[in-house]
Parts: sequence; structure tokens; C-alpha cells
Amino acid sequence: MKKKFKLEDLDCANCAAKMEAAIREIPGVMSASVNFLAQKMTIEAPDEMFDDIVNKAAECISKVEPDCKVVW
Amino acid sequence: MTSKQKKSLYRIITAAVIFFPLLIAEHTGRLDELPVIIRFAVFLVPYLIVGFDVLHKAVINISHGQVFDESFLMMIATFGAFGVKEYEEAVAVMLFYQIGELFQSYAVGKSRQSISELMDMAPEYANLEDEEGIHEVEPDDVEVGSTIVIKPGERVPLDGEVIEGSSMLDTSALTGEAVQRRIGVGEPIYSGCINGEGTLKVVTTKEYDDSTVARILELVENAGEKKAKVENFITRFAKYYTPIVTFAAVALVLLGPVISGGGLASVSVWLLRACTFLVVSCPCALVISVPLGFFGGIGAASRQGILVKGSNYLELMSRVDTFVFDKTGTLTKGEFRVTKVIGQEEDNTGDTAGMATGFSKEEILYYAAHAEGYSTHPIAASIRKAYSEQGKNTEEGFPDLSGVEGVTEEAGHGISAVVDGKPVLVGNSRLLKAHGISFKECGEYGTVVYLAVDNVYAGVIVISDTVKDGAAEAVKHIREAGGRSIMLTGDREEAAGHIASELKIDEYYAQLLPADKVARVEELLSNKKDGKYLAFSGDGINDAPVLARADIGIAMGAMGSDAAIEAADIVLMDDDVGKIGTLIRIAGRTMNIVKQNIVFAIGVKVLVLLLSAAGIANMWAAVFADVGVCVLAILNSMRMLRDGADKA
Repeated sequence: MKKKFKLEDLDCANCAAKMEAAIREIPGVMSASVNFLAQKMTIEAPDEMFDDIVNKAAECISKVEPDCKVVW
Repeated sequence: MTSKQKKSLYRIITAAVIFFPLLIAEHTGRLDELPVIIRFAVFLVPYLIVGFDVLHKAVINISHGQVFDESFLMMIATFGAFGVKEYEEAVAVMLFYQIGELFQSYAVGKSRQSISELMDMAPEYANLEDEEGIHEVEPDDVEVGSTIVIKPGERVPLDGEVIEGSSMLDTSALTGEAVQRRIGVGEPIYSGCINGEGTLKVVTTKEYDDSTVARILELVENAGEKKAKVENFITRFAKYYTPIVTFAAVALVLLGPVISGGGLASVSVWLLRACTFLVVSCPCALVISVPLGFFGGIGAASRQGILVKGSNYLELMSRVDTFVFDKTGTLTKGEFRVTKVIGQEEDNTGDTAGMATGFSKEEILYYAAHAEGYSTHPIAASIRKAYSEQGKNTEEGFPDLSGVEGVTEEAGHGISAVVDGKPVLVGNSRLLKAHGISFKECGEYGTVVYLAVDNVYAGVIVISDTVKDGAAEAVKHIREAGGRSIMLTGDREEAAGHIASELKIDEYYAQLLPADKVARVEELLSNKKDGKYLAFSGDGINDAPVLARADIGIAMGAMGSDAAIEAADIVLMDDDVGKIGTLIRIAGRTMNIVKQNIVFAIGVKVLVLLLSAAGIANMWAAVFADVGVCVLAILNSMRMLRDGADKA
């Protein structure tokens, strides 16, 4: 499954790159990208693990930029 | 301005109002008598007002294990300044940093807004018609085969076929061309266009996700994911840049006092210089402005009806030196039409022997169109079309044939008929020869149709495939950009040579089978120069293998053609080959802006690092090198977002 999420208050471009790198490290993630300009995150992962992975991704994001939230 | 930005602005103003009197007092020596702790305290007030969120963020990030983070580095830098009793420096740096951040956030917001305006072609609703009447629904909820109503001025929400009504369509959102197109019953209609004055009833043929507009939006949005080499370079650079600068700062504190011979007494000086390093250590200017530049380029192109599927293609495009074109449908219209009518007065050779006098172009077309009135041959159709363009038709593209009789087809030669009581011959040279009529052979390119009236040669009509309006311009642009153009065609040598010389194309290869085209492109690919690329443009339907094989495949006339959109890397929505010139310009301009930003940002940062190591640049300069450069680089990239916005 591949899905897009909106990110709120994504303010720092370098952070977006860090988030992207961190999310790609999550086990099970097939592909991931964080688009700073569009404020969007795309995650591709197996269906059965998807929700779990999105939760982990949200954690990664708040670690890098505490203000930034995933809308879903 | 968002509420977050406003809050930040108020804090900056408050801190500045407190800080500037303090600064003046400091410089006029009024604070000199105060104990150090009091001076520290008074400067701490504006510092905390303007910078507490930075400190807060830094602390949270440390607890999350994020050490090389901008906030943390700012905290260390300003603490360092406090530590060496440079109180005003600490406050000023934090103040300017926040001003810069505010500008940066504003500029990013503006860019995001421009991008969403670019994406503003998405329809918001569809008027679905069912048993209960008409109601507004999400385009997503409309099933294939539903009937929708499109009112005047509304955006077409889904692809479909018109079943009722007629109107003019503004396709500029798809093609970039502000041309109105007439649409009526039975014709396909594409989402994203804007309806004119009429109300249309449409049966949908696609779900929203598969409709033209959704596919285009998806393409443009995902274009950023195919990153250009430059972007990957920036990502790698950013990864190493911050740690390197930070370690350099540490090295400065440890080694500076030793090397300079200043010893322990100079530690505070070196500490301040190291802090300056930390301020410059964020690569944000590059990380934001480079993708923004590409996005702007892709956006500018899509405004012109050119879809670029990734930043990498824009980068490659700027380095293409070989443009290969398919002939029919790409450089030429692929439709046969009357390109010339030559009567006596048009013949400038002075050699009018055997030619009838007094036949005007109109008369030649008149006799030919009437004699060919019943024929279904494509040549007859194009003659009738040329005649009807004079506005003399009565019904359905056929002239009034009441004065025509005795039409006989002379196989392989042409037609003989009696028009208005006069015997008329229309056909090739053999027809006139067979009837013993003397005439002059016409050497024009294309299919030449001879006409004789009353057994006297009257003139010729030349029919050929016509070159597209933008073709010569595209070839000219390519030459000006230092590239060469090559034409491939299945046509015979003669026809290919004629078109090639008319368009001033550098090379052409004729009589190619579809498989030969792939082979030819592969040969060209293997011979290309290092660092240069090859682009192929074709109509996307017959040329899919070649489109896929070339470095960059450019499909033309793709509106409504899924196959073409799928196969190509760059898609021209309409079939205006002249857009290639626009594409070259946009690609070049994007790369220029991206390069400017990289050179400018890295240049300023390195300069400030060197100067601050030498003690010439202070922290103020460092703040400029950080946020100032970032804002300028964003503004530079935003020029691309506005590219062509006034024209579209």
C-alpha cells in the first residue's frame, strides 16, 4: 500500500530530509519521501504493517521537529 | 501572515524595543559602572523574549538525540557569546536569526501558495444528475457512466462524452494555450478545461482518479520524487556539511589559541569565532532553494501545457544536444491539404506556353471541387476542404452539385465531368496526356493535381502534408541552444528531404520502418558525447518504444491519450512542437537559478567561515550567511515559480 499524508507545521527543510532518512530506516518501509514544499509524506509499506509503520513514522517526525504533526 | 508568524513578529519587535536602548547605553558607556551580573541580567531579558522558543526546541531535540540541529547550534553559539561577556552580540545574533527565520517562513509560505495556485486546476465538485434531479457531489464519488451537467463557467470535473448541448471550451489549464475550442454532442471532453457559455450534459467515461486532471496533478506532485543529480548532491552535502563545520568549530577553540600563540588569554576570542562557525553550519539555504527551483521549473512548464515527470528530466533537458523528431504528426500535421493553387498569373516563370488564360485561383478550385464533388478519395476531400474554406459550401462539406453531370472516374488518372456545361478534367499528368492536352509539368513538392477546362490546361493544385506552425521555430531554438536536430521518417527520400530543407533540419533518415527508428536512435545514443543527452519527440502512440529508449522521451498531443502520458518523460499536452523551444528555455533557466543558488550559498558560507576564522567577520555576518542567504536563495528560486505566470 502506498499512501500520502499531509504534514502540518513542517518548517525546516533540513528537518524534512532528516525525517525522510529516519522513516526509510523503519523496518518494513519499502519507500518513503517527505516533501518539504508540498508538506506531504508518502509511505509505501506492506498492508499488514502499514498502520504500525505510520505510527512509527509519526514518532520519527516529532523527534526531528516537535511541532510537526501528521494529519490522518 | 499566519498566527505563528505574527507571534514571532511581536516578540521580535518587543525584544528590539528593549534591546536598542540597551545597545546605545552600552556604547555610550552608561552600563560600564554596573556590576557584571546586572549587565548580564538586563541583556538576558530581550534575549529570552526573542529566543526562548529556540532554546526550548534545542532542549527537546537534545532529549530526542538530535544534536546537530539548527536550534541547538544557535543556543550553543549565543551561550558562547554570553560566556565571553559579549552580551549584545548574543542578543543581536538571536534577534537577527529570528528575523531571518521569519522572512524565511514567510518566503516558504509564499512559495507554497504559488505552488497550490499552480495546482488549482482540480475540480471541486460535479453536478451529478439522477432520478431525483441534479446535485453537487465530490468528483471522486461519480461512477463511470453517470450523467453530469456542466454549467457555464464551471470546470469540467471528469472525462466523458458530450450527449447534450454545445459550448466553447477553454483548455488553457491543460495546454497552456488560451484558445477556445468548440465542443458538441458526441465529442470527448477532458477534465480540467473550463466550460464557456453553453450548458453541457456529459456521460462520464472515467473515474476521477483516472481522469486527465487527476493524472496531471499526480504527475506534477510526484515530479519532485524523481530527484535531479544536483538535488542528490545537495542532500549528500547537507549530511556532511553540518558535522564538518561543527568539528571545525571545536578544532578552532582547541587549536586556535595554540597556533596563534595567544595562549589561554585568547581562548575567549577563539570561542567567539567558533560560535560564529556554528551559526553558519545549517545548509538550509541549499536544502530549500534547490528543490524549490526545480519545482518552479516544473510548474512553469506545466503552465505552458508541458508536463515534466521529474526534476531529473529538467536537468537532463538542459544538457540535450541531439533532438530527434518523428516527421509525420510531430513536425508535420500528418494531414493532406491544398498548399498551392497555381494559375497563369501565379506562374512567375514567364513560360506560359499551352496555358489557358483568365483562370483565377478561385475558379481553379471551383472547377476542381465540383468535378471531384462525389469522390471519396482523400485528395478530393482536401480539394473540397480548400474550396469550402472560401465559405462557398452548401451542406456537409460538399459544394452545390446541381450543375455537375457526367462524372466518370478514369482509374489511376483522375476524373472527367461536365461542370456548368463545360468539360472538366481533374487528375494527374497522365490524364491530360491521355486527352492530348498540352501543359507544363509542375515540379512542386507533393501531389500535383492538373486541371483542364474546355480541353485547355487551366492550372494546378498542389496537395501536400503541411509543416506545423511551430516546427521551424523549434528547430531554430535547438540550433541557437547549440544542439542539432535529426528527423526520422517512414516516408520516401524525396518528401523527407523537402521537409528537412524547409525546416533547416541538420540530418534526416527516410524510409525507416518502426524497428529501424529504434535502431537508429540506439546508434545515435551510442555515438553521443559525454555529458550530453538525446531527446526524442514523437506522437506517443506509434513511437512508444523509441520514446522509452531515448534519454528523454517527449510525447506530443497527449491530451486524452493515456498511452502517451505513460510512455514519455516529458509530455506536451497539445501538439504544438514549438513548445520544445519553451521547454529548452525553461530547463536552461531552472538550471541557471539552481546553480546560482548553490554557488551563492556555498560561496557566502565558505567566505564567512574563512573571515570569521581570521576574526574579520563577526556573528552578524554569520547570521546573514545563514538565514539571509536562505531568504535570498528562496527569492531567487521563486522567480521560476512566476515564470510565464503573466502570460498564462
